[in-house]
Amino acid sequence: MSINKLLIANRGEIACRVMRTARDLGIATVAVYSDADANAMHVAMADEAVRIGPAPVSESYLKGDTIIEAARRTGADAIHPGYGFLSENPDFVEAVEKAGLIFVGPSADAIRAMGLKDQAKALMEKAGVPVVPGYHGEEQDPAALKAIAGEIGYPVLIKARAGGGGKGMRRVEREDEFEEAFASARREGQNSFGDPTCLIEKYIDKPRHIELQVFGDNHGNAVHLFERDCSLQRRHQKVIEEAPAPGMTEEMRAAMGEAAVQAAKAVNYSGAGTVEFIVDASDGLHPDRFWFMEMNTRLQVEHPVTEYVTGLDLVALQILVANGEKLPFEQDDLQLMGHAFEARLYAEDAEAGFLPATGDLDTLVFAPETEDVRIDTGVRQGDSITPHYDPMIAKIITYGADRASALAKLKRALDETIITGSVTNRAFLSRLADDPEFAAGDVDTGLIGRKQDELTARVEADAETKALAALAMLTPGAASADAADPFAALHNFRLFGPARQIVLFDDGEGGQIEIAVERRRDGTRHVVLPDATVDFDNVAVGDDGALTVHRDGLMSRATVVRSGSTITISRNGQTHSFTRHDPAAALDDAGGDGLIAPMPGLVRQVNAASGDRVEKGRTLIVLEAMKMEHSLTAPRDGVIAELMVGEGDQVEQGALLLQLEPEEG
Amino acid sequence: MSALLTSQIATRSEAFETNRKAMEEQLAAVRQIADRALEGGSERSRERHLSRGKMLPRDRVQNLLDPGSPFLEIGLLAANGLYGDEVPAAGAIAGIGRVMGRDVMVLANDATVKGGTYYPLTVKKHLRAQEIAEQNRLPCVYLVDSGGANLPNQDEVFPDRDHFGRIFFNQAQMSAKGIAQIAVVMGSCTAGGAYVPAMSDETIIVKEQGTIFLAGPPLVKAATGETVTAEELGGGDLHTRLSGVADHLAENDAHALVIARRIVGNLAPAERAPLNLTTPEAPAYDPSEIMGLVPADPKVPFDIREIIARIVDGSRFDEFKARFGETLVCGFAHLHGMPVGILANNGVLFADSAVKGAHFVELCSQRKIPLLFLQNITGFMVGRQAEAGGIARHGAKLVTAVSTTAVPKITMIVGGSYGAGNYGMAGRAYSPRFLWSWPNSRIAVMGGEQAAQTLAIVKRQAMEKRGEEWSVEDEAAFRKPTEEMFARQSHPLYASARLWDDGVIDPARSRDILALSLATTLNAPIDDTRFGLFRM
Repeated sequence: MSINKLLIANRGEIACRVMRTARDLGIATVAVYSDADANAMHVAMADEAVRIGPAPVSESYLKGDTIIEAARRTGADAIHPGYGFLSENPDFVEAVEKAGLIFVGPSADAIRAMGLKDQAKALMEKAGVPVVPGYHGEEQDPAALKAIAGEIGYPVLIKARAGGGGKGMRRVEREDEFEEAFASARREGQNSFGDPTCLIEKYIDKPRHIELQVFGDNHGNAVHLFERDCSLQRRHQKVIEEAPAPGMTEEMRAAMGEAAVQAAKAVNYSGAGTVEFIVDASDGLHPDRFWFMEMNTRLQVEHPVTEYVTGLDLVALQILVANGEKLPFEQDDLQLMGHAFEARLYAEDAEAGFLPATGDLDTLVFAPETEDVRIDTGVRQGDSITPHYDPMIAKIITYGADRASALAKLKRALDETIITGSVTNRAFLSRLADDPEFAAGDVDTGLIGRKQDELTARVEADAETKALAALAMLTPGAASADAADPFAALHNFRLFGPARQIVLFDDGEGGQIEIAVERRRDGTRHVVLPDATVDFDNVAVGDDGALTVHRDGLMSRATVVRSGSTITISRNGQTHSFTRHDPAAALDDAGGDGLIAPMPGLVRQVNAASGDRVEKGRTLIVLEAMKMEHSLTAPRDGVIAELMVGEGDQVEQGALLLQLEPEEG
Repeated sequence: MSALLTSQIATRSEAFETNRKAMEEQLAAVRQIADRALEGGSERSRERHLSRGKMLPRDRVQNLLDPGSPFLEIGLLAANGLYGDEVPAAGAIAGIGRVMGRDVMVLANDATVKGGTYYPLTVKKHLRAQEIAEQNRLPCVYLVDSGGANLPNQDEVFPDRDHFGRIFFNQAQMSAKGIAQIAVVMGSCTAGGAYVPAMSDETIIVKEQGTIFLAGPPLVKAATGETVTAEELGGGDLHTRLSGVADHLAENDAHALVIARRIVGNLAPAERAPLNLTTPEAPAYDPSEIMGLVPADPKVPFDIREIIARIVDGSRFDEFKARFGETLVCGFAHLHGMPVGILANNGVLFADSAVKGAHFVELCSQRKIPLLFLQNITGFMVGRQAEAGGIARHGAKLVTAVSTTAVPKITMIVGGSYGAGNYGMAGRAYSPRFLWSWPNSRIAVMGGEQAAQTLAIVKRQAMEKRGEEWSVEDEAAFRKPTEEMFARQSHPLYASARLWDDGVIDPARSRDILALSLATTLNAPIDDTRFGLFRM
């Protein structure tokens, strides 16, 4: 039996990515969607789509039975789970198989075996795969544990079992420091978490996260597709991944590969999986300094970097294995070529502590895709990033013959990405791609944490960028100008003198930046900012609105994106958005200071008293006039300064009924 | 395919360079006055204006217009050299620009110039702006910030037909014709001035800045003894909440202009003249070469086709009756894609030229093609032969045609504009929609020399009758003041200061200015023409 119609039990970029391969293989595709995703890209891409419930994942993408029913309704013969959601749920796998469908992934047993982390470690130890040395038992006698620590080898880490956030953690360098540190960690565990129990682990000085892609089939074969280095992490979230790992030696790769294949074989693994290791890189990479952490029994987010360096399509391989076929290669057939990076572009405010963001992607422009630049995304321009799901916008993947060229392409692709409508981590990724330690391959899982301030510093737009924003705001796009209409074609025409125009941008803090642009007869522009002036010798507008300017004999380009009253300028890898000040909007926010009778009438109700703090929109007075009741609401948040009327009063039209205290500032 | 004009001008010749220099010099004199007028009031009064949270009047205009919109300003040089030279641009800014995609006449008082009060020429400029708006059906936006009539000049501002009152008459007339009248009160609006907002279709007033009242606090105090602040008497809150004199309350200038833009955006669309438009094309000859075309010596003639070649699309010109009445060049062309019939002087007007011109005006009127007059005219031919041939009768045909045609007329004076030639070629009295002058142009009833000579001959004849002697030296002394007076009064800066034209322009930019002028006229449909009687 082979797959003819594949249901993808996922959304976003991974659903789209799986469909792409399915389509290449001539397999029909079925999407599932929640109400929030009815118009999503993955639905548009699929041949058929089935609604599976409301927006919350627990009522849609996690509902296995609904998804199996969707497969039945559409006649799909297989389900691809993607990653996340139901991808590592053994019960779902069993239900899928019970329904007579193929699950594109490992067996329920393999998932179960790897699902419980401690058991998985024990299993690996048994199979001869190195695990992080440590003691996680109940024994708490200082002398006994000291002996164990000696066996593990210093330095070690004492951790309160219930601990977190660094509390109850002690790093111990030498044997004679052990007892005191142990006692102190226990005290802290007791005080902070009510549990003094401590465990001991090998302390890893400069940890790196290196994982091995493995592949198994149902015929007992298993190979590895080399490693990926995912050391650039922020709070255990991978940020940029690459393959191969910098500094990797053949000897180390062989040892890790062998361990990974052993791990896969230990659970009769079939399909795509990843074996994650922690590596001590304090003294380079050594074959005796890597330890098993866990195995992910699914396709990984970062699988594209492996596809680049092996030339394989992992989804195609998954389908092949799911069809019951043998892996079409053996370990020795596989070759690692070149270098690849992946950066995860998220809707999140990196500058504000990586807060997840939402918004409508008014502009979504990626670097052009080429053989060496791949963009995996599940959203299109105009789509929304909602709070219901992971705020990933895209994965930007680049390839080069060597690490430096792949990294240069990554940096450029990030710099060419323009997104408006939501904040993103693009600038953070771009700066990370520029980091000298990273460029040198000197990575570890703490790198981002150490440099976070520097990597997420808000960069103020320089005077030239602001000047360009003002110019762009004042320059109608070339495409919009009607050449046949002199009033549209003769930009800024003046009989004499410069055409001076003022642009007010909101400064984001309630104030405005005033920029005056003078266009002179000879085509030069003189731009006056609050604290600087910028002179452009020449300004040219491209068909796409991009500005090409000459300043002091230097030509530079800026990409310009307009969206309503917001203009986004991208140049030199920096993107800044400017919003034109709208005096009317500022007024709407402020509201008025008083309530005025809209017509003569009788005051029926007064719902507030002098000195009350009221919020905008609250009904304060009900006026009866012409047999109708009119609710008069607070025009803004504020404190009532004076109430001029009481219930039963007859008032004239235009009478001031209530006055708010003036706003501060 | 239309006929391509071929230029005979050698742009590298010495003559060209001499001509160019002469023109540049005359333009520089104009530019100097223009730059001064663009500044508005003194630095001190501008700073005081800004310190009150007001925008400078030019910035108000800019903020009203769409980004990148052209501004075809009229009367920039008004009042230059008058009133002690203290009222640049006559204290007001007027011109046509685009607001929310609509061509709009904007008139802004400049309160930094004598408090924005109306001098005689301020009134004339305001009325001229309204005239353009009415003829071309342009919505009017008045940015009001004025102390009203300038009291020391009240006799020349208040009583006559074309004085202050005419402003409100025009507002009512335009409103009746469906031409929107919008006022933005951004400062004082006192006495008669109060009627600008009151007579408008929609009015905006800026909070705690704009005031409208028939009599200000001092006059109220004098008349009734009542003590009241300007804001209490006629502020925005009062007028938008109680009196209903204004319709919209704005927080500040910027907000008021946003509201004004919104109002214009809600107007019904303009009914445009149905012309056969083509894709604009640059002239084959560089328009900047215009600067070297006109001989430095005004007595030396030049071929007007050289100018046409640097104004019209592709330098293509389909000439009409090229071999007849050759001193008036007539023909069809496109200017920035718009069809236009051109009448251009190439020498003195003879009977044949006048008849040919009348015929051509008839053609354009029937076909509803706008007319462009390029004036370089010393007058109609004089002398016994000409008179006997009925030059007055033939000239009258041209004047009749030009007066009564319903198609839009635009006039540009590129040289002389003398005598009845000015009439036949759509001078100011013939209501061209726009009239622009070049810096080298001269306008007078006749040349200064001829005038002085005429007076001298009359005087000599009278003296000889009385048997008196008149020495050559005495005659020269007699002629001199007349010649000097004519020289002064025929200068384009003198003319423009008095609003005999809409502005003195940079000749090299003639094409753009004519294109904008022509485009403005398309805002009004073109009526059928009914000519007056032609004296046959």
